[in-house]
Amino acid sequence: MKAIELHRELTRIWQGEPGWRGVFSSVSHTDLGKRFIVAAAVFFGIGGVLAMLIRAQLATPQSAFAGPEVYSQIFTMHGSIMMFLFAIPMLEGLAIYLLPKMLGARDLAYPRLTALGWWCYVFGGSIMILALLGGVAPDAGWFLYPPLSGREFTAGVNSDVWLLGITFVEISAMCAAIEIVVTILKFRAANMSLIRMPIMAWYLLATAGMMIFGFPPLILGSILLEVERAFGWPFFQPELGGSPLLWQHLFWLFGHPEVYIIFLPAAGALSTIIPVMARTPLIGYGAIVTAVMALAFLSFGLWVHHMFTTGIPHMALGFFSAASVLVAIPTAVQIFAWIGTFWVGRPKFTLPMYYVVGFFVVFVLGGLTGVMLAIVPFDQQAHDTAFVTAHLHYVLVGGFVFPMLAAAYYWMPHATGRTRVMRIGIAAFWLIFIGFNLTFLHMHLTGLLGMPRRVYTYPAEAGWTWLNLISSVGGFMQAFGFGLFAIDIALQRRLGNRSRRDPWDAETLEWAMPTPPPQYNFASLPTVSSREPLTHERNIGAGLAAGKGLLGRTIDGRRETLAVDIVTGAPEHVVVLPGPSRLPFFTAMVIGGFFLSMLLSLYWLAPVFVIGTAVMVWRWGSTTGTIHDPGPVDTGRGFTLPTGFAVRGSVGYWGSVLAIAASGTLFASLVFGFFFLWVVAPNWPPPGGYGLYLAEPLIVTAGAGAAIMASRMGMRGFHRAEGSALAAAGGLAAGICALLFGAVRHLPGPTDHAFAAVGWMLVSYAAFSALVGILMQVFARGRISSGHVTAERPHQFRIAAVWSDYGAGVAIAVAWLLAWSSATL
Amino acid sequence: MSTIDPAGPSASRVANLWWWMLGGSALLCTLVFTLLLVALFRRGVADRETPARKRVWIGWLGVVMPVAVLMVLLGFALWVGERNLPTDRAAQVVQVTAYNYGWEFCYENGSCSEGVLRIPARQSVDLDITATDVIHSLWIPRLAGKMDAIPGQINRLRIQADRPGQYEAVCAEYCGVGHVYHRFVVEAYDTGETDYAVEAAR
Repeated sequence: MKAIELHRELTRIWQGEPGWRGVFSSVSHTDLGKRFIVAAAVFFGIGGVLAMLIRAQLATPQSAFAGPEVYSQIFTMHGSIMMFLFAIPMLEGLAIYLLPKMLGARDLAYPRLTALGWWCYVFGGSIMILALLGGVAPDAGWFLYPPLSGREFTAGVNSDVWLLGITFVEISAMCAAIEIVVTILKFRAANMSLIRMPIMAWYLLATAGMMIFGFPPLILGSILLEVERAFGWPFFQPELGGSPLLWQHLFWLFGHPEVYIIFLPAAGALSTIIPVMARTPLIGYGAIVTAVMALAFLSFGLWVHHMFTTGIPHMALGFFSAASVLVAIPTAVQIFAWIGTFWVGRPKFTLPMYYVVGFFVVFVLGGLTGVMLAIVPFDQQAHDTAFVTAHLHYVLVGGFVFPMLAAAYYWMPHATGRTRVMRIGIAAFWLIFIGFNLTFLHMHLTGLLGMPRRVYTYPAEAGWTWLNLISSVGGFMQAFGFGLFAIDIALQRRLGNRSRRDPWDAETLEWAMPTPPPQYNFASLPTVSSREPLTHERNIGAGLAAGKGLLGRTIDGRRETLAVDIVTGAPEHVVVLPGPSRLPFFTAMVIGGFFLSMLLSLYWLAPVFVIGTAVMVWRWGSTTGTIHDPGPVDTGRGFTLPTGFAVRGSVGYWGSVLAIAASGTLFASLVFGFFFLWVVAPNWPPPGGYGLYLAEPLIVTAGAGAAIMASRMGMRGFHRAEGSALAAAGGLAAGICALLFGAVRHLPGPTDHAFAAVGWMLVSYAAFSALVGILMQVFARGRISSGHVTAERPHQFRIAAVWSDYGAGVAIAVAWLLAWSSATL
Repeated sequence: MSTIDPAGPSASRVANLWWWMLGGSALLCTLVFTLLLVALFRRGVADRETPARKRVWIGWLGVVMPVAVLMVLLGFALWVGERNLPTDRAAQVVQVTAYNYGWEFCYENGSCSEGVLRIPARQSVDLDITATDVIHSLWIPRLAGKMDAIPGQINRLRIQADRPGQYEAVCAEYCGVGHVYHRFVVEAYDTGETDYAVEAAR
């Protein structure tokens, strides 16, 4: 097939639907990645306007510009928007757009999940912004500490907007995280072993892994606080055995990894851009990978440094203080590896380089104040003052915004195929850089002079007037800089000259395709033999476009890409990806219906949408798989590979394992909360008599154990699968009944005491997990009858077994945990 | 309100720590930025990465240097932190209750005051801090670091004023629309001139 014919064929197969239909049905990672980035930029603009309102208010003492009610909404929304609606979605957008291109694949592992994440993000973000416009935005600070955010002190929907809106947006983060991990592990160029991955892939792997384990504690915290607000279960009320500190632990268990979740992709962009600009390979690839993994691991052990003033014993604080300063080491490794790369190479001063240098200055300062704040006695002075405000802006703007601006200029020619127009980008840089430092450098001093955070005004005699005025001037200067940047990008998109394919002489595969990229990325897929494939074969793109790589042909209009062995990168199977679909849009609508009915206190309506969501997921599942697998396909270059329908370690399987890891983290956080309250909270043990009971846990164990046995039997001999699926579902159903029966008989009402509240939460979670297992088994049985699942294509059955095993395990654990607690209390 | 104009031993030690950290940070900044500038502007060299060079950048600068600096800093910080703790018996223990939007102080002699905390100068005083509604944070910048006032628990903070006088204090944790005005004043009396207990009871 000629190159041009191949291009036409692939375009026909990969192109989305035209017009408005395409807006709602697109599943292309290129489209959705760009949408995420643009939407995140819009939210950044909104958050920026709020920042300007803050600076306008604080420019002079006793300003009459905004009252405390409005001001509290402004600062809460500024923080929430920048964290949840700008930073996280921006990095997701970058990953969604770039990853398949950098790894040499045609799309992400779950194209429709990308679309679902997109719609959840847009809907959740819209709820937040509408609340802001309606004057009912969250107003208890972006970390929403109860009791202030509880029903008693925030009677309106303000806190509910945050809890529900942010949780809705987090669905999108969880989708992206799972998708990024599976894509990096399975969707790579042939022979791209782990150590040949572009460094960005390591960074994103760490980031997505952290999201999978970092977000569930916050999702759990949000659920608990929302349930407390809606139904009065006293998780955070000390008079009924709760503790407001539980929220702080759950929040910062998420909140600190979050900082590195934001920083690492940006650092990945730097590790990609710096060697290209230095015209030499990155120094210390292995050391950086180690540092990144160390950072990901350490970041889960230092959340308490946000709680140094909550009265935790000093020696315990010392441990978290040490863990906190430890992160300076992997960060230093990266900083010096980058400087060393410049040292070894011959740096060229392109526009992205301005922002890279800006990053170094701002981020190093932020890192140093970060070490200061990790020091317990100093933090006890600086905590909750303008010093912290200054520090966190140095870290987040330095560690995320500056690298993202560099990345924008670096990858814009890729997305648009055009070069930059004028020197506006340099003017924008100076405005942003000088404006930033003018806003925040002396704000450290403002804090040391005693100005707390989150005050809407201050007395003239406090001596902070000049410092604040200068900050406000700097703030507006930055705003002009960002405005100029936006204009520059718009001009480049419209008026830029056509650029050549690889304007930077880059190292990585995303530049081995025409720009702007076609919907299918690569006409045929690359095989790599080194970490910098473009440095070693500058013209690799031409050969791929001519169809000389793998899968350089089309079969039956299928969207195909390659899956490889996780470690070695050896070609393993061919994945057939789904095409355009409006299922993600409608599923997100139904999920949105659930969140809205909770927000509007229409609690009777919420279950309808839960059932609706289950129906949508069922329909979604029904469109996967096939009843006709043509068997192994010829991929070119001498490989004949099976399709993804007929392999054991399919992408669906890995995705399920990761989703269960996330769910398991949520469960673990709940168990942590249970013991935390038991040990720390006042008013324990709960009043009333308890005692040992064994009947219900034994029945749960029997039912759930039978479910686990049944799915094992089914997997061992496929002829038994249909029956074993039903048996597993039946076992789980018996387990759920016994669990609920035990709770009704032995637990007090959930509003009586935190023990009962957490107990009922555990039971609900276990029943939910087991119910998911039941649905999966029933679904698998249906797929066996319909011929989608056979002895040759068993993977949906395997996936069902994973979910039902997990549900069974949780049910057994919860049943015994509650029985044991009841006996001990 | 300035933490770098301390008026008590606890705040003095922290201010001291701050100046040391500022000096150390200035040195580190100079080092990093000088290396960066030289790396960017030394011309015409395109040498390859060698193991020896990698050892310098990653091993010595990336690992050994920060480990050394951080060990010293952590040791210093732990010493300061331990000395600021209320380990021995204080001359006075005051029960502090924070609420929206005020502060109540109850003294050992049974009397209470609102909005003004009266303490003897040059004597250590322990504050047992709690809250009745939402979380607050007690902060007297010139005397000591802050301590949260959390419903359902009591946190102890050691303060001491070196000189008689007035010291301003604020709530540092956002507690609602009245947060800005959630303040109080510490009045430190010279025990030689005025009988502390009489003053407190007034």
